[in-house]
Amino acid sequence: MIPAQFDYVAPTTVDDAVRALADAGDEAKVLAGGQSLIPVLRMRLAAPTKLIDLGKVAELRGVREDGNALVIGAMTSHYDVVRDPLIAEHAQLIAMATSTVADSQVRHRGTFGGSLAHADPAGDLLAPALALDAEMVVHGMDGRRVIPASEFFVDYFTTALRPGELLTDVRVPKYTGWHAHYEKFNRVAQAWSIVGVAAAVQVEGHTIQQARVGLTNMSSVPVRATGVERALIGQEATPEAIKAAAEHAVEGTMPVADGNADAAYREHLAKVLTSRAVTAACG
Amino acid sequence: MRITVTVDGTTYLDEVEPRTLLVQYLRERLGKVGTVVGCDTSNCGACTVHLDGHSVKSCAVLAVQADGCEVTTIEGLARDGQLHPVQRAFHDNHALQCGFCTPGMIMQSIDLLAENSDPDEQAVREGIEGNLCRCTGYQNIVRAVRDAAHEMRPGAGPEAERMNEAEMGTQAGVRRS
Ligand SMILES: Cc1cc2nc3c(=O)[nH]c(=O)nc-3n(C[C@H](O)[C@H](O)[C@H](O)COP(=O)(O)OP(=O)(O)OC[C@H]3O[C@@H](n4cnc5c(N)ncnc54)[C@H](O)[C@@H]3O)c2cc1C
Ligand code: FES
Ligand code: FES
Repeated sequence: MIPAQFDYVAPTTVDDAVRALADAGDEAKVLAGGQSLIPVLRMRLAAPTKLIDLGKVAELRGVREDGNALVIGAMTSHYDVVRDPLIAEHAQLIAMATSTVADSQVRHRGTFGGSLAHADPAGDLLAPALALDAEMVVHGMDGRRVIPASEFFVDYFTTALRPGELLTDVRVPKYTGWHAHYEKFNRVAQAWSIVGVAAAVQVEGHTIQQARVGLTNMSSVPVRATGVERALIGQEATPEAIKAAAEHAVEGTMPVADGNADAAYREHLAKVLTSRAVTAACG
Repeated sequence: MRITVTVDGTTYLDEVEPRTLLVQYLRERLGKVGTVVGCDTSNCGACTVHLDGHSVKSCAVLAVQADGCEVTTIEGLARDGQLHPVQRAFHDNHALQCGFCTPGMIMQSIDLLAENSDPDEQAVREGIEGNLCRCTGYQNIVRAVRDAAHEMRPGAGPEAERMNEAEMGTQAGVRRS
């Protein structure tokens, strides 16, 4: 099907994009990579009056260092995230999760910021952003504000972005020297996670010094598995210790039942995948 | 909206509605019906083309987003009546049955070979994971891609298929459709 009619602008700066979004009113939408929005428009599940395309805003693309953090531009494509040397060095978990998103064609167009703003509970980049304590930098007519990932994801497809606000950058503290793994379970013909687990650990000798674990699609929003983290810290990275810690993976989750899995199966997956993700991260 | 886009070596200036999908523009305005639509959800990959040298699903790109860009479709691959090595490998390996997925499979395979000039079976299967085939069971498609890899020099792919001025010859120039 073909989308309903809309107007289109392609500003070239963040300031112009913010103004265009404000001028266009409530029925306007931001277009990033279009890999979620265009299919939605085609199915006529949304009919915005105007699209503000961020594709020509060069300042929103790319990754840079800012002291102890990386700053990832919202319009950085999945393809560029996977190949970025700074992300590989300081936030390996994000590159690993991004490499499992969709397929090559979608990764060429889809963006880091678009995935977070879209907030699909099955999206693979939300749990890593949460686990790594990322911060969302947003711009609106009232200026700039910073929203921690723990407050950004509000519900299914709903974020703390207010009408008229753009997600411009994501600040991720550096996790240099940490080891990470993203483990997901999906159908072969559909990359979307039935459940996914994002794990990052800092290991000295054989002892887990620090651990970050986030869960994909175990609630309407990504979940930080703090029970697992607490159970891992200070432990030797043995199969028994990891398996015992992974038993905490379902604490605080509210998994849905859908055509792919019922809630009990998702809980089972969360434990098994947590154990696999942490084991792989510990190497 | 006015757009300028180069498709298979020819530059077009056109007026399009913002809601026009790139695949619709290619098929309905330019008559490039070699690029096909197989789904409504951007899952099947049948519509894959190259946009500035990278594979994209042309049903998930607006024509206005291709403004100022270079597009290569399945119709732009053959040179002087000679099939592209990936096209030939699909033919030689019987890598199609109904053929509906084939244009997208070939465009994605060329992208894959540009990134990885000698993919093993697993890498081929992952490289074409965004392209669905209802007929072949993929076996011969995987064989064709590996066969093409051996035929092509390392690094051939979207970059190599970019036509230089000389190659474009009389095709070059701006055309209004
Ligand atoms: C076949 C297919 C398979 C997929 N599989 C997966 C998968 O396995 N895992 C996964 O995580 N994702 C998957 N995706 C989704 C993909 O990752 C999308 O790229 C992503 O969800 C949206 O990013 P985008 O840049 O394309 O955003 P768009 O589609 O352009 O936008 C999505 C939404 O976010 C809003 N938005 C975008 N950017 C901003 C911004 N900077 N500020 C404010 N609002 C903004 C838009 O207004 C829109 O509502 C898949 C998509 C397809 C088509
Ligand atoms: S028609 Fe574009 S992905 Fe199916
Ligand atoms: S040959 Fe029929 S869909 Fe692939």
